Amino acid sequence: MAIPVMKESWQSKVLEVVLGATPEKGGTRGKTITIGGESTLPYLLSEGDIPNRPQVAMEVWDIAPDNWEEQLMEPFADVIEDPAAWAQKCVEEFGADLVQLKLMSGDPEGEDAGPEDVEETVKKVLKAVDVPIIITGPGNEEKDNLLLPAAAEASRGENCLLGLAIEENYRTLAAACMANGHNIIATSPIDINLCKQVNILLSEMDVPKNRIVIDPTTGALGYGIEYTYSIMERIRLGALQADKMIAMPFLNFVGEEAWRTKEARESAQEGGDIRLGISWEILTAVNFIHAGSDLLVLRHPDSVKQIKEHIDVLMGS
Amino acid sequence: MGLTGLQIFKLLPKTNCGECGPPTCLAFAMELAQQKTSLDKCPYVSEEAKAELGEASAPPIRLITVGKGEKEFQVGDETELFRHDKTFFNETAIGFELEDNLEEKAIRDKAKTIDGLSFERIGLELSVNLVAVCNTSQDAETFAKAVSLVMEETDLPLMLVTEDPTCAAAALEKCASSRPLLYAANNENYEEMTKIADENSCPLVVRGENLEQTAEITDKIAKLGYRELMIDPGSGGAGEYLEDLTQIRRLALRKKFRPLGYPTVVFTGSEDTYQEVIEAAVYTCKYGNVVIMKEPDDWKTFPLLILRQNIYTDPQKPIQVEAGVYEIGEVDENSPVYVTTNFSLTYFSVMGEIEASRVPGYLLIVDTEGTSVLTAWAAGKFDGDKVAEELVQSGLEDRVNHKKVIIPGQVAVLRAKIEDNCDWEVLIGPGEATGIPSFIRKNWQA
Repeated sequence: MAIPVMKESWQSKVLEVVLGATPEKGGTRGKTITIGGESTLPYLLSEGDIPNRPQVAMEVWDIAPDNWEEQLMEPFADVIEDPAAWAQKCVEEFGADLVQLKLMSGDPEGEDAGPEDVEETVKKVLKAVDVPIIITGPGNEEKDNLLLPAAAEASRGENCLLGLAIEENYRTLAAACMANGHNIIATSPIDINLCKQVNILLSEMDVPKNRIVIDPTTGALGYGIEYTYSIMERIRLGALQADKMIAMPFLNFVGEEAWRTKEARESAQEGGDIRLGISWEILTAVNFIHAGSDLLVLRHPDSVKQIKEHIDVLMGS
Repeated sequence: MGLTGLQIFKLLPKTNCGECGPPTCLAFAMELAQQKTSLDKCPYVSEEAKAELGEASAPPIRLITVGKGEKEFQVGDETELFRHDKTFFNETAIGFELEDNLEEKAIRDKAKTIDGLSFERIGLELSVNLVAVCNTSQDAETFAKAVSLVMEETDLPLMLVTEDPTCAAAALEKCASSRPLLYAANNENYEEMTKIADENSCPLVVRGENLEQTAEITDKIAKLGYRELMIDPGSGGAGEYLEDLTQIRRLALRKKFRPLGYPTVVFTGSEDTYQEVIEAAVYTCKYGNVVIMKEPDDWKTFPLLILRQNIYTDPQKPIQVEAGVYEIGEVDENSPVYVTTNFSLTYFSVMGEIEASRVPGYLLIVDTEGTSVLTAWAAGKFDGDKVAEELVQSGLEDRVNHKKVIIPGQVAVLRAKIEDNCDWEVLIGPGEATGIPSFIRKNWQA
């Protein structure tokens, strides 16, 4: 039977953002990674192109995490005190496409490390792995504004991805990114208008649009995932309909949200069945992949493996 | 895509008898077009007109009921491509395969395991929906026996997976009264399968080799007069299913294309247990109405059922948490007391942060009709009088040895009113839930 065809053709596409810089471009990365560029809704490959596969990053902390459950720590037990070795293990053993270096030592309520410590860590990690890196601060505005510029300078020319820029605090970070040739994570609280607002603010500071990655704020499975999912769908539809101010690729911090949930934590405690927590992380990630995620940060090596396999299936590779 | 009043008028008897209510057939047709009345009010309408008009007013995706009794479920009758446009209505039904050539004990055990996949979370029960008994043996007697065994172990609705009409008939002798879902009619067997489904009044899945053939078969079956159908487009792999399920949803909704206006059925293809739940998650988000997996593991089924609940939540009606006192962690009389609203996301954020703080606490949830803190405050649903009243009525004063309550920083203005209305001391908490761990470390000595 001849059936009518209902193919969508969109006016526009998602912007491409390049992460990392090879020696020819003034960096020391072994390769660059491009995210974004979709001209179709997620994985409807007969209607448009998905030129770049979603990338999977893993978290690397600059101090040993004090709130990861026992079984979640296990795969990292031998490297937990050494961010360089940790990063290496994620890339070489667990297959991470890139790493997110979290400068948790800067937490004013923890070690309260200063800019010098951070600079050294950033340099060590850059030396240990040749993939592009994401750098985020401890999440305290004042400390972020102190540490991230130092990190930006220490990684100058490497074309990293730095965050988080929020509506109330973006100027220092935006300036540091532009001065040192980095990309920026624009974070907004699960709201399409606020997402656009942060992108506008950054654009007004002359941050090029193809240097911005959207963090829509991640709600974990069972903890508001549907809000993030629907906001991402709406933002992506907007991008395909040529709203340039929301046409940037998405980043989702899946691991930290999924492993904060009661269910995942309990599963990773002694005697628990961590496969539940891994499923929690995987399904959170899958949900976002199908809302258009371009870059996912995960925690457990098994999640990385499974999600990369799913991406292979989707991309037909 | 309803018919206009004039199009309907042409199909009416034009007697102007007035027995339907309105004085003329034309007036009646106009009311029908606006869906203000129903066609059965006309005593003289012809069968052909009924069929044509009934078809035009039917929902774009047929609603199908599977099973009978407490655990029966309905799928279909969806109206949206994106949940944010309105909502998805009838949750994806989740089931598991059970092969009929297993030993009796293995059949019973697996049926029991599937039956036991039921979980409770914040007062809601989440369960799987069906058992798909597969005619792997290709033998009628074995199939019927397996169906009987499964029915002894579970009252979940069944799906009968066989393309052999003889085997289907044998199994239906055991279970027809519980309205199982029959899978599947194909291009060769559809006449016989339709007859069997019709005789036993059970819904039938059509599985073509591709989208086109699937539409062809449902069309032929509809011409035989049977419409209790679902469809499996027979796609090759997850990526193709995603495209086909999207096409089906779009064609049904936007073109009102009848041959594909039925709920969809998908079997996951992967042999890997994580990959199969990943596939099931994709179909749950993207237009799968019945999804069947192989391995009934509780650790993967629980998160999948939560994903389903999340995706099918009505965006206009946020999930509310029951009001009352929640204990987070191993609380004792020294534990802090927090208060917030009953919007689920608010509750989850605050609860998560209290847990992350590693200081157990009591969380008093006030009923604000599912609104967040600032919205509830602005609407007068979260004011000082109410919080004070809830605090007093909560009985918390008997459970802790202090009278300090932590309120959300965004509604610091409530402090005076609360303190006026009860003898609790108010501590102004952080503006965002993420500030709770550091707040409590600084401000609470147990």
